[in-house]
Amino acid sequence: MKNIYFASMAVIALSSAAQVCVAADEAKPTAAELVMKASFKDRGQARVDRLEQDETQRLCSQYPVKRPKDVEKKIQDINMRLVKYPVDGKLLGDWKEGEKIAQSGVGKQFSDNPAQPSGGNCYACHQLTKQEISYGNIGPSLYNFGKQRGNTEAIQKYTFGKIYNAEAYAACSNMPRFGHNGILTEEQIKHVTALLLDPESPVNK
Amino acid sequence: MHYFKRTAFAAVVAAASLAGVLVASTSSAQSSDATVKEIEKYRAALGDGNPAELWEARGEDMWKQKRGPNTASMEQCDIGMGPGKVKGAYTVLPKYFEDTDKVEDLESRLVSCMVMLQGYTYEEAKKTPFGSPEKKADMEALVAYITAESRGLKMNVAGTHPKEKEAYEIGKAMFFHRGGPHDFGCVTCHGADNQRIRLQDLPNLTKQAQAQKAYTSWPAYRVSQGEVRSFQWRLFDCFRQQRFPELEFTSQGSIALTMYLAKNANGGVLTAPSIKR
Repeated sequence: MKNIYFASMAVIALSSAAQVCVAADEAKPTAAELVMKASFKDRGQARVDRLEQDETQRLCSQYPVKRPKDVEKKIQDINMRLVKYPVDGKLLGDWKEGEKIAQSGVGKQFSDNPAQPSGGNCYACHQLTKQEISYGNIGPSLYNFGKQRGNTEAIQKYTFGKIYNAEAYAACSNMPRFGHNGILTEEQIKHVTALLLDPESPVNK
Repeated sequence: MHYFKRTAFAAVVAAASLAGVLVASTSSAQSSDATVKEIEKYRAALGDGNPAELWEARGEDMWKQKRGPNTASMEQCDIGMGPGKVKGAYTVLPKYFEDTDKVEDLESRLVSCMVMLQGYTYEEAKKTPFGSPEKKADMEALVAYITAESRGLKMNVAGTHPKEKEAYEIGKAMFFHRGGPHDFGCVTCHGADNQRIRLQDLPNLTKQAQAQKAYTSWPAYRVSQGEVRSFQWRLFDCFRQQRFPELEFTSQGSIALTMYLAKNANGGVLTAPSIKR
């Protein structure tokens, strides 16, 4: 944030008066941002630069409840371009591995070991199977996700993309962008996709 | 006697936990109301033998003992209602203090008094903000004592001084600030009604009744940790789970966010120090 701010100050120095106002409004950190920056410190893998927001985070913070349609479209368009599909074209992994990832809540906290793989913690927010009764409800139930939608290539692509970058499909979703933000690897996302779509997965039983 | 009390307490916890498991194993969306009622009964049973009393008693001793380079007690500390006035003081915090020219919450105010009255350095006063079974924190004992002296009273944060208003607005912006690798903000978990992480209920802190109930239940004795946890700890650990960097103890941001949450809880009756899982 600081770098952007100073870079824009340099631009300002070379710009006309009209441009000065626009640039300063956009780049100057708010009082809250300055206070936050001074109130957190690096710990383990969680560094203070995590407070810096990309455009999606900034817009979703600015409009926490409802947002104009054009803002929603902008967020979804930005994120749709950021989805990276596997080069081998294979989207389904092993649902049994997917279940382990869905159960695990470790990863990215300053108390976590960054050398260990992160989990997806899907059950924190979603119902997925009949067997697991300890599930949250911030997201919708995904029980029978594949049974209801089928296992076509289009559905596989949608499912992989949604896990990779939820903001591409629902602006300001509470769901983390697991692929885009490097929480889960491409292989792990394939496993979770299989958990949701494989007819043998307990999600669809 | 303390030993006996803790053993009896452990038995209550074990019995209540078992009941909790039985309830959880049959829980579904339809029976969630029944589950909530069972959990409330469990909490009420725990409340009868809340070990926070041990922290409260130790905190009272700490408050009255002559300590530090100045061999002075904390008894002349002004924590919001004038020097030496403890009863009800927690209900007006955070508050602007002229002597430090800052808005301070309870923990930061205790640090200021340890510096101004007892002669400690800021580093010394903030050295052990949160305790562990191996190393108890004086801070959490003091917090338990002071807050217990406001138990049963209504939250009454003014928020009228320009610096208090500024803190509230900064705290509000922090509440809605989404960031980090998970795009989380406080609002992700605490911005809608009837939400759960796994089986843990999450209060909607943007609604007054829920904000009152949640805020007034801190500080609390955490059964799973065997420690009394302050509100500063509550925020510290929320941000850890939010995948943010470490919120610094008594930092301006931590006080601003406390101001936002405390003022939203105005009118709520303090039940703290309470007891939680």
